[in-house]
Amino acid sequence: MATATHAHPTAKTYWLIALFLGVVTAVEVAVPYIDALDPIRAVLLILLGSAKFAVVVAVFMHLRYDLKAYRFYFLIGLAGAIVVFAVVLASFRAF
Amino acid sequence: MVSEGAVVDHDFEDTGNPIHRVRKTAMWAFLGSEAFFFGAMISTFLLYRNTIGDGPGADIFNIPFTSASSFVLLMSSLTMVLADNSFQKGDQRQGRVWLIGTALLGTTFLAGQIFEFTEFVHEGLTISTSPFGSSFYMLTGFHGLHVAVGVLLLSMLVFFSLRGRYSPDSGMNVELVALYWHFVDIVWIVIFTVVYLLQI
Amino acid sequence: MAVATREQAPAAADRGLWSWITTVDHKRIGIMYAVAAFIFFLIGGFEALLIRTQLAQPNGTVLSAEAYNQIFTMHGLTMVFAVIMPIAAAFQNYFVPLQIGARDVAFPRINAFAFWLFFFSALFLYTSFLFGGAPDGAWVGYAPLSTQLTEYVRMDYYSVGAQLLGVASLAGSINFIATIFTMRAPGMSLMRMPVFVWMTVVTSFLLILSLPVIGVGLWQMLFDRNFGTLFYAAQAQGDPLLWQHLFWIFGHPEVYVLILPAMGIVSEILPVMSRKPLFGYAFVVFSGIAIGFLGFGVWAHHMFTAGLGPVAEAGFGLATMLIAIPTGVKIFNWIGTTWGGRLKLTTPMLFSLGFISMFVIGGLSGVTHSIVPADTQQHDSYYIVAHFHYVLFGGAVLGYMAGAYYWFPKWTGKMLSETIGKWHFWITLIGFNLTFAPQHILGLDGMPRRTYRYDAGLGWDGWNMMSTIGSYLIAVGVLVFIWNIIRSWRNGEPAGNDPWDGRTLEWTTSSPPPVHNFDEVPVVHHVDDFWYRKYGVDEEGRAVKMPEVSGGALTVDTDSGGEDADGDAHDIHMPSPSYFPIIASLGVVTIGAGLVFISSGAIGFALLALGAIVSLWGFMGWAGEPITKEAH
Repeated sequence: MATATHAHPTAKTYWLIALFLGVVTAVEVAVPYIDALDPIRAVLLILLGSAKFAVVVAVFMHLRYDLKAYRFYFLIGLAGAIVVFAVVLASFRAF
Repeated sequence: MVSEGAVVDHDFEDTGNPIHRVRKTAMWAFLGSEAFFFGAMISTFLLYRNTIGDGPGADIFNIPFTSASSFVLLMSSLTMVLADNSFQKGDQRQGRVWLIGTALLGTTFLAGQIFEFTEFVHEGLTISTSPFGSSFYMLTGFHGLHVAVGVLLLSMLVFFSLRGRYSPDSGMNVELVALYWHFVDIVWIVIFTVVYLLQI
Repeated sequence: MAVATREQAPAAADRGLWSWITTVDHKRIGIMYAVAAFIFFLIGGFEALLIRTQLAQPNGTVLSAEAYNQIFTMHGLTMVFAVIMPIAAAFQNYFVPLQIGARDVAFPRINAFAFWLFFFSALFLYTSFLFGGAPDGAWVGYAPLSTQLTEYVRMDYYSVGAQLLGVASLAGSINFIATIFTMRAPGMSLMRMPVFVWMTVVTSFLLILSLPVIGVGLWQMLFDRNFGTLFYAAQAQGDPLLWQHLFWIFGHPEVYVLILPAMGIVSEILPVMSRKPLFGYAFVVFSGIAIGFLGFGVWAHHMFTAGLGPVAEAGFGLATMLIAIPTGVKIFNWIGTTWGGRLKLTTPMLFSLGFISMFVIGGLSGVTHSIVPADTQQHDSYYIVAHFHYVLFGGAVLGYMAGAYYWFPKWTGKMLSETIGKWHFWITLIGFNLTFAPQHILGLDGMPRRTYRYDAGLGWDGWNMMSTIGSYLIAVGVLVFIWNIIRSWRNGEPAGNDPWDGRTLEWTTSSPPPVHNFDEVPVVHHVDDFWYRKYGVDEEGRAVKMPEVSGGALTVDTDSGGEDADGDAHDIHMPSPSYFPIIASLGVVTIGAGLVFISSGAIGFALLALGAIVSLWGFMGWAGEPITKEAH
């Protein structure tokens, strides 16, 4: 058998992850209102958003526990889209 | 050519054909494809984020309201994963409750989106106000369409399960719909950051 | 004498029109793709003849400017979306499962849906001629020309038609990815897969990643035309250049989508006809993957005259030069494969060699586009037309012709005539070069493409006449091919299982294969496994025929798996036929028709509603239907 079915996380893990997602969202909403954070606001928001993204993909979508091949099918699209469209926007000098 | 002839079968891998693996492979490939679909629309929005003509721009966003609906969609991912968990354990009764919860949260999100769109139109932002308006409505509209399709799929799952016709091996199972639903959620995570928070 | 001894006459229920409409068998779907693609090849070819007739002499009068625009647009759309993509899909459908030792594709009903959606969408595109005219903005559909509102809905047909064809192709590609990554026979590791299967993997990934991008562009075009959005509206600071980016992010990978399966076919034929293994199997595979990757990074070389700025132009120029490297690797590997082999100059081999030589010419003229100043001169001239016909006709079409001659015996159990085939090859090759070689000169001499007439005395008359004569010669070649198919199908030589002394698994089963492909699933130990069942290697590395195992043809290891030890073929459950895929596809195309006429009010909405109901019926029935019904 391939390493298809590792122990999936329990319901408790899911609740904790959801708590984390809620807290991060609250922080995200707060960030624009805190003037002291203005210089790093964009970076901070992107980091916080990426953290939520990564957690949902890794735990809720089981990518951390499932076949490695699934990572490839998804990440090739995700990484490809980021690179290709970064080039498009750069060529428009949109940044 | 001689060496190729000498390959022994030590690298036999599991090429068995469990139906779940086949379907999940297809679903993940489809989600990779969807990344390019939303990538193109997000880029269009970023290109036009300041092209507002005479109409309103990002200043009309109501961040507290959108944060609330983002939270609703995030929590629908929790109920979805709990539904999946119940179905994996064979507890369809409990699973159905979570499925219905997910569908309701999705519907709440859609209702919020409709409310938001109506507000924006009142404030003078339509699809033909400016390229900003066109790209905003297209991106969030197609995302909303994905949520609506998700709600339809969830309802079908509940229906099949109630009629006793649900089996993990049937054409559409909870695990696949869950993958799709979570993907729609992570697209919103990106939209919330890129379209809303970064533009105010 | 035409009384063929049908060894496995199918039961009455397996014949007739209904069985084809409801089929989910990958082989039948492959045949339907091939037939549909060939019909559209004839239509697209007829359009090409109209174009060449118009241009044969200065100030041609065959077509009006308006008609010319529609005809060349439809020629391009047809040949790309309705001929080359589906003929590749035909070979992939039929032979990928056979070559990896599978009984069917991963999703037989999605496969049927993809075919019907392609077929109806292509037909739908042609109904535009009945309603005010076909798309007339070239296959690239550049804004703002394509978003200009006219009294006709022509470019709405383009937008919706290409969208639907894209969805069909997307469904097919996901199916191939799932099939190839999860349904290979035991022992068929990735690096033992035939190159054709590998190229199918690369093509499928290119399609699933590039189609959504043009999908977004096409929606934006449709919205701009019908709902007043401003994506490409320069007067409102929208940017028409955005369309060019979205189109070519799809459009450039697309040209590799068209050529890579042909490269895969040639990589199958050359080793068989040279009686040598493919030279540098891993290099051919990895260069194919490299072409796929780089193919995603060169789209803007189609836009060098759009004013991207020097940095972008230099970057994309360099990337374009880079892509010549993996392509060159492949060509050297093919030459290396034939080098020192005992060549069998059969028709498939001739077409393969024709493919290589014509593709080299087209590739070299392609590299000249990577040099930005030169490209600026060549842009939108006949030089470009010459270049891409050398890669798409001289390359792709010759490659698929090679495939047709190579695999026809497996499809029908009959050989195509070698004599007529050679006539076909030479007429096509000469006609092709006569048509397109002069266009290089015309282009460098300044003749612009997409213009419906030209004045006398510009020095273009002779070359144009030569080109037109060549195009009629190609048409003669096609007629010879049709004659060959009809004649050989009726009384061609019986092929047997393995007419070419093949190397891959499709030759281990009967011609045509049974519904379940293999009575027992083969176990694979090598690249070219079947060859090593037939031949051993002596001390000097030469192939030596092994003695026939008693029982003959099927000398492949098999794996009876979970089935009963006798490998009784009757225990194999194949998916049941279903009419839901064709209903769902009809529904989706009706929705498309509604979108085209959305600005005409009631009729558009009626079509939308009808389409929604029909597709819901199709998909719901599909979802609720068991895959394998109880037999009898």
